[in-house]
Amino acid sequence: MGVGIQVENLNAWYGKSQALHDINLTVEANHATALIGPSGCGKSTFIRCLNRMHETSPEARVQGKVKIGELDAYNGTSPTQLRRRIGMVFQKANPFPTMSIYDNVAAGLKLNGYSDKKHLDEIVERSLQSSALWEEVKDSVHKKSGASLSGGQQQRLCIARALAVEPEVLLMDEPCSALDPISTGKIEELIFQLKEQYTIVIVTHNMQQAARVAEFTGFFLLGRMIEYDKTEKIFTNPSDKRTEDYITGRFG
Amino acid sequence: MRSRFQQGLDELRQKLLRMGGLAEQAVDRACQAYLDRDLNRCQMVLEGETQINISEREIDELAFDLLAMQQPMAVDLRFILAVTKINADLERVGDQAVNIAERVMDMVSLPAVELPVDIARISAAVSAMVRRALESFIEAKAELAQAVLEMDNVVDRMRDEAFIMLVKAMNERPDITRQALDALLVARNLERVADHATNIAEDVIFWVRGADVRHNAAQEGNGQQQPTQRGATETR
Amino acid sequence: MASLRGPVPDSTGSKPPHGVLEISWWRRVADHLATGFAVVTVVLVLAPLVAIFGYLVYKGIGSINLAFLTQIPKPPGELGGGMANAIAGSVLILAIASLLGVPVGIGAGIYLAEYGRNRFGDSIRFVSDVLNGVPSIVIGIVAYTIVVLRQKHFSALAGGVALAIMMVPTITRTTEEMLLLVPNVLREAAYGLGVPRWRTTLSIVLRTATSGIITGVMLAFARVAGETAPLLFTAFGNQYWNWRVDQPTAALPLQIFTYAISPYDDWHRQAWAGALVLIVLIVTAVAAVRFAVRRGTLGGVA
Repeated sequence: MGVGIQVENLNAWYGKSQALHDINLTVEANHATALIGPSGCGKSTFIRCLNRMHETSPEARVQGKVKIGELDAYNGTSPTQLRRRIGMVFQKANPFPTMSIYDNVAAGLKLNGYSDKKHLDEIVERSLQSSALWEEVKDSVHKKSGASLSGGQQQRLCIARALAVEPEVLLMDEPCSALDPISTGKIEELIFQLKEQYTIVIVTHNMQQAARVAEFTGFFLLGRMIEYDKTEKIFTNPSDKRTEDYITGRFG
Repeated sequence: MRSRFQQGLDELRQKLLRMGGLAEQAVDRACQAYLDRDLNRCQMVLEGETQINISEREIDELAFDLLAMQQPMAVDLRFILAVTKINADLERVGDQAVNIAERVMDMVSLPAVELPVDIARISAAVSAMVRRALESFIEAKAELAQAVLEMDNVVDRMRDEAFIMLVKAMNERPDITRQALDALLVARNLERVADHATNIAEDVIFWVRGADVRHNAAQEGNGQQQPTQRGATETR
Repeated sequence: MASLRGPVPDSTGSKPPHGVLEISWWRRVADHLATGFAVVTVVLVLAPLVAIFGYLVYKGIGSINLAFLTQIPKPPGELGGGMANAIAGSVLILAIASLLGVPVGIGAGIYLAEYGRNRFGDSIRFVSDVLNGVPSIVIGIVAYTIVVLRQKHFSALAGGVALAIMMVPTITRTTEEMLLLVPNVLREAAYGLGVPRWRTTLSIVLRTATSGIITGVMLAFARVAGETAPLLFTAFGNQYWNWRVDQPTAALPLQIFTYAISPYDDWHRQAWAGALVLIVLIVTAVAAVRFAVRRGTLGGVA
């Protein structure tokens, strides 16, 4: 089951430059929340702060509080522990090219020491089914390499890989921006189903996509969160003029 | 940015205003025809109807095209939806003008009689409502639209009064029944025009404020906040 | 919408307007000249290689026979004999060199790529580059000093050490570069799964760069396989079989050198054969490793 996320006074820097200013936000459990905003507004930085990936950048600094469910992300747990409870899917599908499909999906488990083969088989199949890829690859999970699939399939593979470790939260950073409409549609359909078990935060440039998949939407601008509300409200009658200007295409 | 979309919106606005002008003119002509017993004017109203129908189709097509091709959001989406509704209302106004003209044509064939109803007053009020509703659209001012909503009660009362007076007249003097009926129907047509003007005003409020005030929805307290007027500055 | 392409040229075979689609004659000439130049340079580069190999085959093939490959040298003046012990000795010394040099080189490469993006890393790179440029005989002398003098005798080990020192800079450089070529998104994918950094480096990054790293190792191997100078004071050479690591050992390059400067025709003949065998062995070794690696992987980056 998914958990809620609580963010309080989050600030983040890359060296001297401040990327996020005082973000306060509550993400509802078992819902999809979309983050929109022009390029460079901080939305990617924000989700990377949720699973402490921001720290992997040079000279990165974070201040503030992030709670994933009951867990304080920055206090009392190591980044690697935290990341095992949060799955991440990136903009460009990044399956491990030297590994088979099976090994890719199992990577999160095997690389962390889990080796019960029978269980792994089950988990791999279950994850691939959850990401709607099982039917297409079930005969070649051991034979084909992760990199030999099409773009949309690769991204679904990455989703399966993220799901295999059974996280509670799934972070998606523009997962469909490199995909064609059909693959995009499949993944959006997937997000809809995954909501029941996971809490999903999705960063997207595509406002129509945010409108299609997310119940809540947050609008970011220049490192601040300008407005956060139910998706219908944001797209039919937003409260802040800047939000409206952005979604009607008057800037950005 | 999005200049083609901007142009589309501007074109939609212009077309609707022109249609509004045609509808307003039709009502005024029809009422004048009644007061002057002028058959020529009636003819002009009947002929003008074609133009109004063509206009309605054009506006709907343009709105549909913009919706499909431009993925409008928020205020732009509300604008286009409002335009399609106002479009329908204006076309009905045109129809009512035609109805009035047909009544007048029937009336002119009968002897003129003195009737206890001030059609001129009702028609002036109704014309004012239509004008103000269209103004509120041009200016994108919800206050003007609000004023139209209030005027509707006045016109309703006028129509009710007319009904009572004319029924009384028909009872007292059965020989003028047909003229009285014509007058009654004209009064009713005018009241319908007023209703359409009210609808237009409600659509303007929906567009400008994002609040659905139809059928007094604002009072229901359904959690829909009334955001402060952002001044959807409409010379976009 | 007005066409951005401008007027469409009609396709009935008439000449297109000048300046728009026509390529002027001198541009075509320049194109041909450049292509020709490229071909000529390739030939110039390949020609010596082909010439050398051809000449080696010509001079050496006649002397390669079973005896050559299985017998040890006969005393000077006697005909016959072979370089079997030198072949075996080279294998031994190269094995020692690889055992010492490859892990150090790859380890250093990993450090520089993943953890060494700083001043300290830069200084290591600098030292590595300098080491690369040190003359091989000097390296031989260094190995002499640290191994031979200590042990008070020449040995295969000393030879292996010398060659290992020569292998390390090349392996380090190519390993670092291959690792840097691995896209960062792969590392991020692993971090996102909660895989610790060291595990990511070993299991993901290294695995992805394997093919390129092997190339680097083979490059270093091929280079040192033919080195003579470092072995002069370390392995020293041996007329007899030797499989002990702590004894002077024969090596192909050494033997070729010794035979080549000798006054005996028979030894000259054998020197040519030895050179041919040396080249063939190196090429075979590299090809075999590449083949083995390709079989084992599913096809990775680079």
